[in-house]
Amino acid sequence: MRAKAFEPRIVAFFCNWCTYTGADLAGISRMTYAPNVRIIRLMCSGRMDPQFVFAAFREGADGVLIGGCHPGDCHYQEGNYKARRRFELLTRMAKGLGIEEERLRLEWISASEGDKVQKVCNEMTERVRKLGPLRLAPRPEAHQEVPAAETVAVGAS
Amino acid sequence: MPAPESNGGPKVGVYVCHCGLNIAGKVDIDQTVEFAKTLPFVTVAREYKFMCSDPGQEMIQQDIRDGLINRVVVASCSPLMHEGTFRRATAGADLNPFYFQMASIREHVSWVTADGEAATEKSKALIAGAVRRVVFHAPLEKKRVPVNPDVLIVGAGIAGIHAALNIADAGKHVYLVERESTIGGHMAKFDKTFPTLDCAACILTPKMSQVRSHPNITMWTYSDVIGVEGFIGNFKARVRRRPRYVDEDLCVGCLECIEACVYKQAKVRDEWNEGLGKRKPIYIPFPQATPLVVVVDPEECIWFKTGKCKKPCVDACERKAMDFDQTEEIKEIEIGSIILATGFKTFDASRIAQYGYGKYPNVYTSLEVERLVNASGPTGGEVLLRDGTKPKSVAIVHCVGSRDEKTNKWCSKVCCMYSLKLAHLVKERTGAEIYNFYIDMRTPGKGYDEFYAKLLKEGVHFIRGRVAEINDWAIKPEEEGKLVIRAEDTLIGAVRRIPVDMVVLSVGMEPQSDAEEVRRLFNISCGGEGWFTERHPKLAPVSTFTDGVFLAGACQGPKDIPDSVAQAGAAAAEVLSLIDRGGVELEPNSAYIDEESCSGCRTCMALCPFSAISFVADKGVASVNEALCKGCGTCVAACPSAAAQQHLFTDEQVFAEIQGVLDYV
Repeated sequence: MRAKAFEPRIVAFFCNWCTYTGADLAGISRMTYAPNVRIIRLMCSGRMDPQFVFAAFREGADGVLIGGCHPGDCHYQEGNYKARRRFELLTRMAKGLGIEEERLRLEWISASEGDKVQKVCNEMTERVRKLGPLRLAPRPEAHQEVPAAETVAVGAS
Repeated sequence: MPAPESNGGPKVGVYVCHCGLNIAGKVDIDQTVEFAKTLPFVTVAREYKFMCSDPGQEMIQQDIRDGLINRVVVASCSPLMHEGTFRRATAGADLNPFYFQMASIREHVSWVTADGEAATEKSKALIAGAVRRVVFHAPLEKKRVPVNPDVLIVGAGIAGIHAALNIADAGKHVYLVERESTIGGHMAKFDKTFPTLDCAACILTPKMSQVRSHPNITMWTYSDVIGVEGFIGNFKARVRRRPRYVDEDLCVGCLECIEACVYKQAKVRDEWNEGLGKRKPIYIPFPQATPLVVVVDPEECIWFKTGKCKKPCVDACERKAMDFDQTEEIKEIEIGSIILATGFKTFDASRIAQYGYGKYPNVYTSLEVERLVNASGPTGGEVLLRDGTKPKSVAIVHCVGSRDEKTNKWCSKVCCMYSLKLAHLVKERTGAEIYNFYIDMRTPGKGYDEFYAKLLKEGVHFIRGRVAEINDWAIKPEEEGKLVIRAEDTLIGAVRRIPVDMVVLSVGMEPQSDAEEVRRLFNISCGGEGWFTERHPKLAPVSTFTDGVFLAGACQGPKDIPDSVAQAGAAAAEVLSLIDRGGVELEPNSAYIDEESCSGCRTCMALCPFSAISFVADKGVASVNEALCKGCGTCVAACPSAAAQQHLFTDEQVFAEIQGVLDYV
């Protein structure tokens, strides 16, 4: 399905209260941006498990974007501070694994900053486009070997 | 760990919404549906014009009842819009509502993607993510918590007062907190209101005294809310009551203390009169102040400044109400809902230097002129220049700090109408020639345009054009000693110079300077300009993104009195509806600990901002108190053994969604 030219795939983890709502606002305001970003909703950027980021890279993401409330604005008081600390460690760990730190980005975007969602998504897409595909081995094809249905059944047993 | 086999193994129904042309105009619906059919566990994939409509919901319910599906994915708008709708539809067909997941292909795809093909591909990815995820969903029960029937209203202008009376009349208790020493807000400063020209005090002060005497209202003036915690139905707030150095319960408002003050002349700038008058260090802002209790200004009182004063005020008070040892008091209250009615401030006219405010004494702001025309104002209702003479010609400049790229871009909505009102009142009181300089005359509203037509007949001059400059440089003899307005009259296409005695700058409305702090305190959001953001501009105009916190009046955006009152009534109705419901259902997204995997490391406990996690010593494991957990998931992300999990956001659900959005497209 992917076009011949490299189109980066970016997974975004946005907190429910600020950045996800901000992304909704970008939609309501019809602010077009690069279609490369797929948004996953979490209640708080504090729920951002570093494993999610590495899972995204493993599954074929070329970049990961994390969005939370501005410092001091967290709906849960301090989840975004936890996210910031984790992000620092995460970035170091990613570098250790050979993943350029530019493929990771943490941004504070409030519910009223639809324009910032647009800007950050566009910038991130361009940044990752310049970096080129993340060449981790094996690529997501590995997962196709096991039929998805069975994967689930195994996980549940 | 949820077992997909439960309730007969996952059978996922995918429903793709056209949303009219909102989605279908960009996304290839047929291709998307065909794609959905290829996804694992999908047994049904359909499309419909409006999934949120009755026939759309019925389609889902029929498939559930027919046993075709036991998981539902709707690809439509944002979950923040219609998640509740589809959960209810799912529950309506006797399937647990949490066997549902939404893919936002409108807000996050069709509305933000230029290219149709790319939009279709992105929609497929999001649907694949939702399908993967919903397979791991588990049945959940909503937590129900009681709603405390007491209400906190912040700000006692006309909006706060109206909401307070509505709620109190319904038999609920209201804490009305106002930071000024009197309630009433901006409306109490006005003389007449447009377009009916009824006296502001005559319609406001009876409501103010009703508030004062209402058994269900606790009125705290000179007070600020300094802390808020909790959630819908169960908030706790801390209110700081600043000392006024007078016992509110003893003072009867005889004002003998003011008379007795060692300052025989009023010397202090009178804020209530916009600095046009003077007051003493011990004062009331205006005769109808509510409560009618004097205030001592510690910045100006000679006792506080020097520690030396005979304190004749104390001797003058028969009731022994003076209390120079009074200190601030912190009140802690429990409430179930909050209405913010914190109002606005007027634009600082000195920011537009070329209009000469602060430089030329006879350039006034509209709020100053409101005080001049007010019978209880510094001149007893006479419109006088600084030298005490009556103006023979007055210019009223519209849109000062409104509709201006350099200051505020928004229209303040009230200025055209109040400028017309002031034109009428000033002409009535002085007989002066009045010149209105306007960009566009905006008079929508009941009786508003009729009022404009009336003013046109009264002989007030209207000049269409933004004023370029106001100065005192006389070129012609008739301009000597006058203020000269220079403006382009865009209707005749010429630049005009008009000499006048007095200029009124019709200043616009701005968010309060501390709107940002208030927003943080109550955990709501502001737009870029600083107005508080409503939950939905059309369908939830008085709600905020924080459940249980509502908005009324101009803190949400420029509003006139009728609009503020209407919104206050709406906020009161929302609050009363919430109270009468008796309880609220909370999203069941709390964290929980799998005791089998918990190693008892206690990492989670230190991270929880709500102290919801405790350690069960005999089992050596952590335990989450569901009543305290707010569902952020911070502990879940930190748990080294994946023993902490979050309902609706379990690790495997999120992993599945990640895989889904990346795998297929």
